[in-house]
Amino acid sequence: MGTIDKTPQEYQKLIKKHQLTDSKVKNFFSAYLIGGLICLLGQVIINVLISTGIPKDNAGAYATISLIFIGGLLTGLGVYDEIAQFAGAGTIVPITGFANAIVSPAIESRQEGYILGLGANIYSIAGPVLTYGMLSAFLIGLFKLLL
Amino acid sequence: MKKLGKQTVQFDNPPQIISSASVVGNKESQGPLGDYFDQVISDGYNNQSTWEKAQMKMTEDVVNNALDKVNLAKEDIDFLLAGDLLNQIVASNFAARKFPVPFLGLFGACSTMIEAMAVGSMMIDGGIANRIISFTSSHYQATERQYRTPNEYGDKYPPYKQWTVTGAGATILSNETGGVALTMATLGKVIDLGVKDPKDMGSAMAPAAADTILNHLEDSDRSPSDYDLIITGDLGQVGKNLTIELLAEQGCDVTKNFDDCGVMIYNSKQKVGAGGSGCGCSAVVAASYLLPQIMYGNFNRVLLLGTGALLNPMTFLQGESIPCIAHAVVLERTGHLTEGIGRPSVQDNLATKIEATKIEDLSQSEG
Amino acid sequence: MDLYLMSFLVGGLICGLSQLFLDYTNYTPAHLLVTMVVTGAVLTGLGIYDYLIDIAGAGVTVPVMNFGYILTKGVLNEAQKGGFLGLFAGVLEVGSIGVSASIIIGFLMAAIFRPKE
Repeated sequence: MGTIDKTPQEYQKLIKKHQLTDSKVKNFFSAYLIGGLICLLGQVIINVLISTGIPKDNAGAYATISLIFIGGLLTGLGVYDEIAQFAGAGTIVPITGFANAIVSPAIESRQEGYILGLGANIYSIAGPVLTYGMLSAFLIGLFKLLL
Repeated sequence: MKKLGKQTVQFDNPPQIISSASVVGNKESQGPLGDYFDQVISDGYNNQSTWEKAQMKMTEDVVNNALDKVNLAKEDIDFLLAGDLLNQIVASNFAARKFPVPFLGLFGACSTMIEAMAVGSMMIDGGIANRIISFTSSHYQATERQYRTPNEYGDKYPPYKQWTVTGAGATILSNETGGVALTMATLGKVIDLGVKDPKDMGSAMAPAAADTILNHLEDSDRSPSDYDLIITGDLGQVGKNLTIELLAEQGCDVTKNFDDCGVMIYNSKQKVGAGGSGCGCSAVVAASYLLPQIMYGNFNRVLLLGTGALLNPMTFLQGESIPCIAHAVVLERTGHLTEGIGRPSVQDNLATKIEATKIEDLSQSEG
Repeated sequence: MDLYLMSFLVGGLICGLSQLFLDYTNYTPAHLLVTMVVTGAVLTGLGIYDYLIDIAGAGVTVPVMNFGYILTKGVLNEAQKGGFLGLFAGVLEVGSIGVSASIIIGFLMAAIFRPKE
């Protein structure tokens, strides 16, 4: 009997042999289906609002707010993460996923207080999106300005 | 006690387990071992305001339960040894504050229960303690939020990820006669084979488990067939298969008698990925399932390993891999029965299979 | 209208490709979202995004890429008018609806609900 003498690379090969994987094809289509449906829902909301006479830009803004509300509500009800187990990126990428990323840390940090718990953690997952979104917008604007 | 080889301790007067108890969550009570656990909490909040408090309450309850089973008071215990997965092991600390007894906090991640039993045994065999309690706990929601992402966050779990057991387990070790004896302990080294994925604990811990098993067998001059069962704490399906193969490569065949608490505690319909994990996993399965099986003779000698991943959320972000550890204890049937091990329904079930003449029943003289 | 079909097809495709990104790399969802936002910003800078919205409607305004678009659009609008100061003024100009809605609704939901088991 000896000791386990494997290099990390050899061990990675062994892990791949035993690791449980799910079908990447199935994941692709699950994400496609749910993501597509959420986008379709957004389009439905926009078209319905336009047909009631609301101008196109405002309709878009209302659709955004509605989807944020839906995402936040489903997160609060504890349903969003169940859907996400099926949909993967289909629930992460749409703006409902952004709402989920804001509500989920806030809702459970509330137990540490409203200021330092909820208030601070609202940004803990969504923060990078805001930071790098603003940064890249600024840089692109700067780039165009200097050109 | 004496040291065997580099990592193993052999006890001259093996400490004996006189009582054990478990408290679990709903998911665990619906698993294959559901009928064995002593107490089930109402939901993840356990009638508390936060999950962390729920875990603290579970820990307090399980220790009280273990004491009540054998009519012991808190003052009858000499030392407490415990740990858990919460930052600074607060579930254990806060449970220990109810005791007028010295407390040693331990961190072995998911191997803490076995680590506590090993260290406690050394205190008993070394003559400075008559009774010690080793206990640990884990809680699914509290662990997810600390180590990974918020619970309501929509992140899809890969199929090899494990589910942290919501459970607390406690055992009382003593120099009095009990149902199961702890005859040897092998303390593990930290092993790191470069696994970086914090969702794949099983793969990270398998080398540590294999290393401890090999060193134990070498130190004790035994082979796998000397044990009725070699069981690990929470390797999960992936880790279990990896360990079997790592051992086979070194000429050690465990295919006939190897199992894992994480694989046993849930069934495949419960959507738990590769199986259970967490300190509570090995603790509750050992306390409520393994110990009665050993006491009533279904297993005579068992090698129980606790496996732990020694990372924190920051090391992963800093690009580090996951170092792991595994500790082992040898549990042997004493031939005596104690009221403290197993639920009454479990005891009745198992006792009917034992011939009364072979066993000396000490349940009347327990105190 | 065929915007319904296109929003489903294009939106779904963006999500499907994102899933492949998550499956084939070690990156986390947070990395994915940042990549998407930056991509949206770059496509806006290249002038392509408006055209994509015309074809696919909600298919490109619902995914978080859109956030990069509205931030960059605001910057480009203001920079045109106000020069350097416009770069700072414009970032949240169009995007303020999305950001404030997220925080305010987020707060509301977090205050009302308790995390489920």
